[in-house]
Amino acid sequence: MNPFSSGTRLRDMIRAIRACKTAAEERAVVRKESAAIRASINENDQDYRHRNLAKLMFIHMLGYPTHFGQMECLKLIASAGFPEKRIGYLGLMLLLDERQEVLMLVTNSLKQDLNHSNQYIVGLALCALGNICSAEMARDLAPEVERLLQFRDPNIRKKWAFPRSVPDLMGVDVSGDWNKRTNQLWNTVILASLWALWLERNNRIFDGVEGDKCTEGLVKTLKDVVNSPYSPEYDIAGITDPFLHIRLLKLLRVLGQGDADSSDCMNDILAQVATKTESNKNAGNAILYECVETIMSIEDNGGLRVLAINILGRFLSNRDNNIRYVALNMLMKAITVDAQAVQRHRATILECVKDSDASIRKRALELVYLLVNESNVKPLTKELIDYLEVSDQEFKGDLTAKICSIVAKFSLEKIWYIDQMLKVLTEAGNFVKDEVWHALIVVISNASDLHGYTVRALYRAFQTSEQESLVRVAVWCIGEYGDMLVNNVGMLDVEDPITVTESDAVDVVEIAIKRHTSDFTTKAMAFIAMLKLSSRFPSCSERIKDIIVQYKGNLVLELQQRSLEFNSIIAKHQNIRSALVERMPVLDEATFMGRRAGSMPATVSTSTTTSINIPNGVSKPSAAPLVDLLDLSSDDTPAVPSSTGGGGADFLQDLLGVDLSPAPNQPGMKPALQNGTDVLLDLLSIGDPPAQSSLSTSDILSSVQDNKLPVAPLDGLLSPSAPATPVIDLLDGFAVKPPTPENNGSAFPSIVAFESSLLKLLFNFSKPPGNPQTTLIQATFTNLSSDSFTDFIFQAAVPKFLQLHLDPASGNTLPASGNGSITQSLKVTNSQHGKKSLVMRIKIAFKMNNKDVLEEGQINNFPRGL
Amino acid sequence: MGLESVVGDQYCDLIIEFCNLLIHFVLLISRQGKVRLTKWYSPYSQKERTKVIRELSGVILTRGPKLCNFVEWRGYKVVYKRYASLYFCMCTDQDDNELEVLEIIHHYVEILDRYFGSVCELDLIFNFHKAYYILDELLIAGELQESSKKTVARLIAAQDALVETAKEQASSISNIIAQATK
Repeated sequence: MNPFSSGTRLRDMIRAIRACKTAAEERAVVRKESAAIRASINENDQDYRHRNLAKLMFIHMLGYPTHFGQMECLKLIASAGFPEKRIGYLGLMLLLDERQEVLMLVTNSLKQDLNHSNQYIVGLALCALGNICSAEMARDLAPEVERLLQFRDPNIRKKWAFPRSVPDLMGVDVSGDWNKRTNQLWNTVILASLWALWLERNNRIFDGVEGDKCTEGLVKTLKDVVNSPYSPEYDIAGITDPFLHIRLLKLLRVLGQGDADSSDCMNDILAQVATKTESNKNAGNAILYECVETIMSIEDNGGLRVLAINILGRFLSNRDNNIRYVALNMLMKAITVDAQAVQRHRATILECVKDSDASIRKRALELVYLLVNESNVKPLTKELIDYLEVSDQEFKGDLTAKICSIVAKFSLEKIWYIDQMLKVLTEAGNFVKDEVWHALIVVISNASDLHGYTVRALYRAFQTSEQESLVRVAVWCIGEYGDMLVNNVGMLDVEDPITVTESDAVDVVEIAIKRHTSDFTTKAMAFIAMLKLSSRFPSCSERIKDIIVQYKGNLVLELQQRSLEFNSIIAKHQNIRSALVERMPVLDEATFMGRRAGSMPATVSTSTTTSINIPNGVSKPSAAPLVDLLDLSSDDTPAVPSSTGGGGADFLQDLLGVDLSPAPNQPGMKPALQNGTDVLLDLLSIGDPPAQSSLSTSDILSSVQDNKLPVAPLDGLLSPSAPATPVIDLLDGFAVKPPTPENNGSAFPSIVAFESSLLKLLFNFSKPPGNPQTTLIQATFTNLSSDSFTDFIFQAAVPKFLQLHLDPASGNTLPASGNGSITQSLKVTNSQHGKKSLVMRIKIAFKMNNKDVLEEGQINNFPRGL
Repeated sequence: MGLESVVGDQYCDLIIEFCNLLIHFVLLISRQGKVRLTKWYSPYSQKERTKVIRELSGVILTRGPKLCNFVEWRGYKVVYKRYASLYFCMCTDQDDNELEVLEIIHHYVEILDRYFGSVCELDLIFNFHKAYYILDELLIAGELQESSKKTVARLIAAQDALVETAKEQASSISNIIAQATK
């Protein structure tokens, strides 16, 4: 006998595990036990198999691996005695799941057990079948189960967990998700058979009852059950077998759906259940709940529905949280049936939103959301916003989202919408999603008569709240409409006048920049606002410049860059500043909404603006600049120049979209100005990849200098308001100072990549800005022999960490003695940039004097850092 | 007697559409987060099972005492109830009758109570297999199969008696063998 397994009994093992003080101790005990069990399994020890499996189950529940014991289950099931089988089947259900192949091995034992003379063994097998059974097993065992239906003993019949019709049903769709499907079929039939048996127990079998009469039969059964005298065996809280009640009601629901006659037939009994059932205990409430659900689902009967809604109303005012929870749940369904009746309970539901229980709050909030309509939106929103002030932090997210969605859905008047949104932002701005405050800005920009009102309200709100998105909206509006803030423009009757000086307005933006809780996006937005204010309030210009200049050494590249650029705009270019920081054109609401719904392509504006893009590709295509400027895209990650501005959904791209169709209310000059602004914004928006930072400013300016042509027409456009020269001036002024690297590629020397007696190959390198991984190679082939080459073909291969793209060569004939050359462009992307340098294997094939020549070689002398 | 004879052929499909599993799984977790019983009626792989247990014990054990007994979780609803140091949890679909599930939990606890004689957590630790046997008499494939406490008790008692008899037989046989080989 095994020296290990004889030691501990199950009880002792459990004690030992429970005595462990640390997880490590527990692991040690389990490891020792597992080792002993394995040893015992290896010896095929029959006496302790039973005990070993019990131990394994306990270990399994603690979460340790027990797969090595799976075969033991099968062995126990195959043994003759009841105790072994009992534990074996338990192990089978606990340690294995439907997916395991081992399960196939048990089919034969199951078959035998289903035919066993001992009813309890048959019961065990049926129970196992009901819990884990694959489609294959189902098919194999169907005949046995069917035979069992003839069994006399009701306990076995009750366990008729096996749908005898499964093989037929399975024929329909065995291939699909059989696991799910069998499970579903199973339970269907189990359920039906259980009902059948319950009905049988209550002596209510409908012999030969078909169709419509079925409802009658069930109604009669339910009636009997409801009116049955006290029966101690089935009594729960004074109700005889509530489980049976519930099942009968469920069945009636199925029969009554879409069947007016059946529904009619069950009206009386439903009314009786709804009125007579005691509702002071959970069991009674469970029945009422089911009854209400049935009343709601069957064909309409006004009286019954009123009764049902009243029951829910009673539930709603119950002190028990469970009952209130189900009431809210049911009212959500009832709202489709009778919205008016549910509205009557609005006040109570609103109270539930403020409950201390998260499950109830969540349900109630969803229900309130459904209850909102045009007539009650104002008071409901007010309630919810008031509650926002005091609600738990973890609930604020949900609540804010719902309020925003309600406000957006029912924004009848813009002033109301703006008011509510400002309240939400003030209370819970940190929970507001980006697109929500983006939408708010779009709305504000469209409500021209409310600009003054809004900016003043935001100014007030800013004094009391530090919520991030409120700050963002506030600095945006102050930047745009700062003059209205100071001059009390567009005063509404409802407002109290406030006195704000120009420097007060600047204070706000300064606070936003300096507050350490402000994130980088907020600060970037505040910078723009500053720039705008410097033009709106000339008196504060010096101060603004001082603030901005403090950030010229900021560690965040974007802020540093803005600081430098804006500083030079304020300092040197007074004359164009006002044109530069012109108020934003009205954002196109329809485009924005459409884009939010995902129906609009994100890059509407690309085509127009590319015309003024800087041709040598200063790191960014032009669709992005505004996004970039206001920084809604994530600029801290190095952007790939080819991506069209990353944040395709960002609303500020709309600004560019607006350029396409200048808003009709903007007379004459505006489009031109916008275009001008675009160019400049474009200029300012370059260079986010850190690698390039030092070059970016000079780079762009020099490049524009190189490309005066595309700018020139714009100068013409600008001329009525701002003379053309300043633009050039701005650029010139800069271009002089920094040492301008004329050519990015010049950083890398050309190499002779290959040279033989016949030909020479030169490589020139250049790097596209913003993408250090990519190298553009210009290959030049020269013929050193005295014969010309024809059918010239160049091939190249690179290792896996490189990607090579070959453009077509400039020709396939190479004249003799260096009297001409073939050029070909290559683009290599190095995924291991900085770690590995380029390497390339080449093959050059051509015909010389009609003879095939093949030259091969490897290029290892690429400059480092490509 | 089959399904058809009860409700008529034409309703079978309807019922198939209508019915599915009442309970997806049953969990017993102690207040310290130890698992005392798990029963899975819907297919979950072993890996998913551990994940579910971990997630749910996090949610349920942290809930306050006076709150409702329902937790919404991954599109399902978990009905739980605490008895002394043990949490009994059953997972059902969103639109199932939570109050009924609560009643089933209570029903199970009462049967356990009757069987062990005022049950405590230790009973369920040392006799965890008994708790499983009782659950198997009460639920089958996620459906309630017996609403009478007495019947369940009777069936369990009968099977326990069978085990006892088998044990006695085994020991008497070994006695006889021992006697004979003395």
